Amino acid sequence: MTEKAGGLIGWIDERFPLTRLWNDHLAKYYAPKNFNLWYFFGSLALLVLVMQILTGIFLTMHYKPDAALAFASVEYIMRDVEWGWLIRYMHSTGASAFFIIIYLHMFRGLMYGSFKKPRELLWLVGMFIYLTLMAEAFMGYLLPWGQMSYWGAQVIINLFGAIPYIGPDLAVWIRGDYVVSDATLNRFFAFHVIALPLVLVGLVFIHIMALHEVGSNNPDGVEIKKNKNSDGNPRDGIPFHPYYTVKDIVGAVVFLLLFTIVVFYIPEMGGYFLEHNNFIEANPLLTPEHISPLWYFTPFYTVLRAIPDPWYGVLAMMASIAVLFFLPWIDHNPVKSVRYRSFLYKLNLAFFVIAFFYLGYLGTLAVNPVRTEMAVRFSELYFLFFFVLWVYNKRRTATFYIGCFVSVVGLITLYDYLRGYDEIWPLIVPGWTIPAVYLAIHLLLPMIKRLGSDKPVPDRVRM
Amino acid sequence: MTALLIALTGAQANAADMGYPLQPVEISIHNHASLQRGAKYFVNYCLSCHSSRYARYKWVGEDLGLSGEMVRENLILTDGKIGDLMTIAMPEDKALQWFGAPPPDLTLVARSRGVDWIYTYLKSFYLDESRPLGVNNAIFQHVAMPHVLWELQGWQKPVYKKGGANGNRQVIEGFELVKPGLLSEEEYDEVVRDLVTFLAYLAEPAALKREKSGIWVILFLLALLGVTYFLKREYWKDIH
Repeated sequence: MTEKAGGLIGWIDERFPLTRLWNDHLAKYYAPKNFNLWYFFGSLALLVLVMQILTGIFLTMHYKPDAALAFASVEYIMRDVEWGWLIRYMHSTGASAFFIIIYLHMFRGLMYGSFKKPRELLWLVGMFIYLTLMAEAFMGYLLPWGQMSYWGAQVIINLFGAIPYIGPDLAVWIRGDYVVSDATLNRFFAFHVIALPLVLVGLVFIHIMALHEVGSNNPDGVEIKKNKNSDGNPRDGIPFHPYYTVKDIVGAVVFLLLFTIVVFYIPEMGGYFLEHNNFIEANPLLTPEHISPLWYFTPFYTVLRAIPDPWYGVLAMMASIAVLFFLPWIDHNPVKSVRYRSFLYKLNLAFFVIAFFYLGYLGTLAVNPVRTEMAVRFSELYFLFFFVLWVYNKRRTATFYIGCFVSVVGLITLYDYLRGYDEIWPLIVPGWTIPAVYLAIHLLLPMIKRLGSDKPVPDRVRM
Repeated sequence: MTALLIALTGAQANAADMGYPLQPVEISIHNHASLQRGAKYFVNYCLSCHSSRYARYKWVGEDLGLSGEMVRENLILTDGKIGDLMTIAMPEDKALQWFGAPPPDLTLVARSRGVDWIYTYLKSFYLDESRPLGVNNAIFQHVAMPHVLWELQGWQKPVYKKGGANGNRQVIEGFELVKPGLLSEEEYDEVVRDLVTFLAYLAEPAALKREKSGIWVILFLLALLGVTYFLKREYWKDIH
């Protein structure tokens, strides 16, 4: 930065901070040297975003956003457009890949405390990206105009109809009609191909700016900026370029290998990436027996279905996403990384992963009383994870642990009583043991110091 | 890989109705002879009522290794041109009047229902006096479609057993041939398998291409992985 470059670069530098940007964000941007596998997902998310935009542009050249033509135009892409099938499968597989990567990226943040001070804003921007991505995926899924596209959109838009007073009008306003129709398809197309991608790219830019301001966290949760050498560079850091560029390229190739296997050999992924019913053109008069959203929405869909009242269900579902926004203020334990957290913290995290997967699995299935009961219980576990996270901010007194346990179990028991104990007690009684045992483990065992205490964090990162 | 794909698609298809189980079928869309026979049966028996409106004769011909002339002589039974979509002349509103339900387009049926379902369906028509056309289907109760292939298969009647959730419902266990057709049971099975093979191809012609080109992409990426891995190792050797 001190030396002025000559030639073309010098000419540009006098007019545009090219060298400065290069240095600030790549060549002299120091990243911790101990990144592990979990740190590939940020750059992979960027790769998939670019891929979705590029394949999306080509799809837009042949796709027709018209209820009478949309379905046929997708098949036209699959059959008549040169390599159209490849572009389409890349885009459909890319959507699922995007969510897999984002979920892993978010879980990395959760595991290593990457949302904690000073990275709260970074996490918040990331959450807005996730929210935008959900909207982007939801609207994109209507475009093939298959049965699942149509009825999935119908179900989700009807959720807005459950909002008191304004709901029904709001749902009509969103659809532009009384049912999902050509008007809906047209506006979803506009949102999917221009409005939301613009927001997405903008947010990703802010996300990266925020990251480069505070610097990356790492698997040890050690702030590398606190330990600098005489040059003013972090002792545990290395320049992003070339070290992490060459490393991330390896990650990208491994990802592309897995991606290729899916695109070329299992593009439907057994109905999870492309649903079987979506190969039937949308029919407003024929409701499918079982409507399920794509897999990446199913955990939240299960939370929705766990509550019989639609409006409270919607509130619970929104809460299950909203709670993630508050993570930096729920968990402000000074120990960032899971490596130095207590045994019970690790167990809690494991429970959360199980709950999230199981909720997701339930969301793909049709409802029956047993599944609904499990949906209630695992939704409870999902939310209780965050409560326990808050409890684990510091060591508490025995009275506090016992008080928490008694009151939360009491609340759950009260809710069980209110939701119809008389009729469904054979389900409620065994179901009740799930949160009760979970809470006993996580609120009573911390009194054993060995299980509930965090460990000292080292000053330097370990390789 | 095709087998895996087919197994996965088939597993999803809905076998509800009479509790009659789906019969798994092993087919390969790379079997040219079977595809060609299947195409012949398809245009002869299906394509008059059912359309295949997303597929073109030209691509079917190319993928099945048929010349333009062969396609014109054997596949195009209407006055259509070779670049045309495989549509039908029967108007949908008329079909609704005649059958009570318009015959669905078949282009994608192997992807929506699965190949096992089609295979089982085509073998499960049975005589039923109570139906307008005198015929019913074990996995698609009260289907409006007549048994188009009856001349080949002959007529069969169901053999019942006790079943259902409580074990006190009549469920179909199998069939008994009451009037033989032109073909033996094995020959008819072969015809149905050819048809299913063709429908599997028709639902996704790209499967022929992607399964061939995918391996080259994978090999390229494996080579690239080697190069990039050693590049990374070279750069990182002094980081401790």
